[in-house]
Amino acid sequence: MNHEEVLHEQPLVVHDLGHEAHDHHHKQSFITHYIFSQDHKMISHQFLVTGIIWAVIGGLFSVLFRLQLGYPDQAFPFLEDILGRWAKGGRLDQEFYYALVTMHGTILVFFVLTAGLSGTFSNFLIPLQVGARDMASPFLNMLSYWFFFSASVVMFSSLFVQTGPASGGWTIYPPLSALRDAMDGSKTGMDLWLISIALFIVSTLLGGLNYIVTILNMRTKGMFMTRLPLTIWSFFFTAVLGVLTFPVLLSAVVLLLFDRHLGTSFYLSDIFIQGKILPNEGGSPILFQHLFWFLGHPEVYIIALPAMGITSEVISTNSRKPIFGYMAMVGSFFAIATLSCLVWAHHMFVTGMNPFLGSVFVLFTLLIAVPSAIKVFNWLTTLWKGNIIFTPAMLFAIGFVSLFISGGLTGIWLGNSALDMHLHDTYFVIAHFHLVMGVASMFGMFAGIYHWFPKMFGRFMNNTLAYLHFWITMIGAYLIFWPMHYEGLAGMPRRYYDFSNWESFKQFEGLNQFISIVAIIVFFTQFLFIFNFFYSIFKGRKVTEANKNPWHSTTLEWTTPAHPGHGNWIGEIPEVHRWAYDYSKDGRDFIPQTEPIGENESPH
Amino acid sequence: MIAVMKEMKPRLHPLKYVMWIGLVSIIMIFAGLSSAYIVKSNQANWLTYKLPLIFWYSTGAILISSITIFLSRRAFVNRKMDRYKLWLSITTILGILFVFLQYWGFKELWASGVTLTRNVSFSFLYVIVGLHALHVLGGVVALVILVIQSYRKHTKVYTTLSIDLMSTYWHFVDILWLYLFFFLLMMG
Repeated sequence: MNHEEVLHEQPLVVHDLGHEAHDHHHKQSFITHYIFSQDHKMISHQFLVTGIIWAVIGGLFSVLFRLQLGYPDQAFPFLEDILGRWAKGGRLDQEFYYALVTMHGTILVFFVLTAGLSGTFSNFLIPLQVGARDMASPFLNMLSYWFFFSASVVMFSSLFVQTGPASGGWTIYPPLSALRDAMDGSKTGMDLWLISIALFIVSTLLGGLNYIVTILNMRTKGMFMTRLPLTIWSFFFTAVLGVLTFPVLLSAVVLLLFDRHLGTSFYLSDIFIQGKILPNEGGSPILFQHLFWFLGHPEVYIIALPAMGITSEVISTNSRKPIFGYMAMVGSFFAIATLSCLVWAHHMFVTGMNPFLGSVFVLFTLLIAVPSAIKVFNWLTTLWKGNIIFTPAMLFAIGFVSLFISGGLTGIWLGNSALDMHLHDTYFVIAHFHLVMGVASMFGMFAGIYHWFPKMFGRFMNNTLAYLHFWITMIGAYLIFWPMHYEGLAGMPRRYYDFSNWESFKQFEGLNQFISIVAIIVFFTQFLFIFNFFYSIFKGRKVTEANKNPWHSTTLEWTTPAHPGHGNWIGEIPEVHRWAYDYSKDGRDFIPQTEPIGENESPH
Repeated sequence: MIAVMKEMKPRLHPLKYVMWIGLVSIIMIFAGLSSAYIVKSNQANWLTYKLPLIFWYSTGAILISSITIFLSRRAFVNRKMDRYKLWLSITTILGILFVFLQYWGFKELWASGVTLTRNVSFSFLYVIVGLHALHVLGGVVALVILVIQSYRKHTKVYTTLSIDLMSTYWHFVDILWLYLFFFLLMMG
C-alpha cells in the first residue's frame, strides 16, 4: 500500500475539524487567509518573510559599520545622504556606530535567528511532521506572530527617533542602559528596545507553548516520540528552553524599566555622572548580568538547535542513509538543553566572580563539548559512504557542520576562565560566536528553506542561483571570520570605533579592509537568494501531484497534497508505522513512515 | 485535532496542556525574581521590613476564593447552574477584593516609610507583589468574562473546558501568592 492509498482509501470519518480540512472548497477572504491567518503554514510564511526583511536590515548595518572598521580614515559621502546627521561628512557618528553594532546584534539574535528560524520551521514542520491538522491552539499561534510583528514595529520605529536606537550593546548592560543621561542611545531608543523585547518574549512564549503541546499531545496514530524526525526533537527542546528562560529575561527587563523610570536601584549603586552623584545605592549591575545570561546562554541554543535538527534531516535524506545514532542524537539534544541552563556565568568570568565558582561553570561549559561532538560524529558518519545528492539544501547542511566544528572548537578555548582573561571581549569571541551560532544557524535556515520550499510554496527554487549563493557565502564566511581569530589573539577588543590609534593594532589595517570587502560581497550575494526566493514563489517551476515528494523523503509532510490547504490532509490523517529514517533499506531507496512494516522486513 | 484524540486513548485537552506549560513559564518569572532577591539580601545595605497586617487579610481572601471557585466548578459539573453563577461571582468579587487589599497594603507600607526607592529590599517587595497582583488582575478579567457568559440567556456552555482552565489558573495564582507571602515573611 503506498501513501496515496492511505490518503484516499477510507471515506471521511466525521470529525470536528471537517470544515477546516476542506478549506479549498470555500473561499477565505484575503484578510483571514493572508493576514490574520490561523493556519500554521501561513503563519510560518509570515515569520519567514518578516525574518528575511529583518535579516536585510541587520546585515546592512554590519556593512555600514564594517565600512568604518575597514576604512577608518576615509569619508563616504553617500552615507550622509542616507543617514543624515548620523554620518556628517560621510563618516559614521561615533554614537551611531554603537547603535549600529547594538541593533545588528539584537536584530540578528532575536528577530532573525529566533523568530525567523524557530518561528518559521517550528510552525511549518511541527503539525506537518507529527501528523496534526494544526497547532494545539491556532489562535494563540496567530497571536504569537502578531506579538512578534508589534515587537518588530516598535524596534523598527526606534531606528527613527531623534536620539537614535539603543546603543549599549545587544546585552544592554546597566548602568549604561539604565541611565538616560549616560548617552543618547540610552534615552527613548532604550525604552523602545525594552518594550519591543517584552513583546517579543510574549510572542516566543505563546509560540513555545504551542510547539510543546502540539508535539506532546497531538501526534498522529503510531507516531511515538521515538519515531519523530529529529527536526521535531530539536524544535521541542528549543521551545522548552524558550519557555524556561525567556520569562527570566522578562524579570530582568521589568527591573531595568523600574530603574530607568521609577528611581529604584536594582542595578545601580554609587554612580557619578556628569559632575553629579546619583542617589541610587545598593544595586548591583552584576545582578542584571546573571539574569540576562540565564536567558542569554540558552538563547544561543534556541538559535542553534533548530539548525541542528534541520541539518540532521537534510543530511540523512540527501545521503540516502538513516541518520546515524538516532537515540544518541535525541540524548545529545537533551544534554545540550540541560547543560545550556547551567553555564551562563561563563560570560561573566571577568566580573570579579569567585574563581572557585568559575571553575564549576568551566566544567559544565566544557561538558557541552561532549554532546556537540556526538552530534558532529553522527552527521559525519551519516555522510560516510552515503549516496550523497548535492542539492543546495544538502550543501548548506554540510556547510553547517563545517562551521559548527570550526566555531565550536574555539568554544573550548573560551570556556576556560583562565584563557578568558585574555580573550574576553576580543575579536576572538566575535569570530567564535559568529561561526558557531551566527553563520552556522543561518546555514541551517538556508538548508531548511531550500529543502522545504517546494512544500511551503508549491514551487521550486532555481538551483544555479542557489549554488552560487552557497559557494560565495561559504567561502566568504570563512574569509570574514577566520582572520578575526588572529586579531582577537592579539588582543583587539570588540565594539571599538577606530583601531588606528593603537600602535599594536595598526598591523591589522589591511586585514580589516580585507574583512570589510568580503563582508560587503557576502552581503550583496544574499540578494541572489532573496531574488530567487521571491521570484520562485510566483514564477518557480510548479510542484505537481506526481512530483510532490521531490527529495524522496520518508516524513509525513510529503504525504500531504502538493498544495495542502488548512487542515493539511484531505480525509484521514495518515497513520505512522515506522521511524523517519528508513532509507536504502531492503533494496528500496526509501520507505515512507506511513507504510506498515512488511512481513520479511529487516529491523533498522 | 479533536478527531485524532477521539480515536486514541483520552489525553489532556491541548488547551489545558498549554495552560500548564504557561504556568511553568510564570513560575520562571518569579523564580528569577526570588533568586535575585536571595542574592541581593546577602549583600550590604539591605534593610528589612515588616509586612502589613492587611496582607494577611488578602491572603485569607484569595484562599477563600480558591474554595469558592472549587465549589463553582463542582456546581457546573453537577449542572447546578444557579449555584455555579453564584460561586463564580463570589470568586470574582474576592479576586477584586484581593487586588484592593494588596493596594491598601502598599499604601500602608508607603506611609510607614517603606517606599519604592528607599532601599533595594523595598523595591523588590513592590515589584514582586505588584507583578503577582497583575497576574491576579488578569485572572479577574477572565472571571468577569466567564460571569458575563454565564448570565447570557441565548448561548449555553456545556463543556467544562473554560471553568477547568479558569480554576487551574486561579488555584495557581493562589498557591503562587502563598509561596511569595511566606518567602517575603521569611526573607523580609
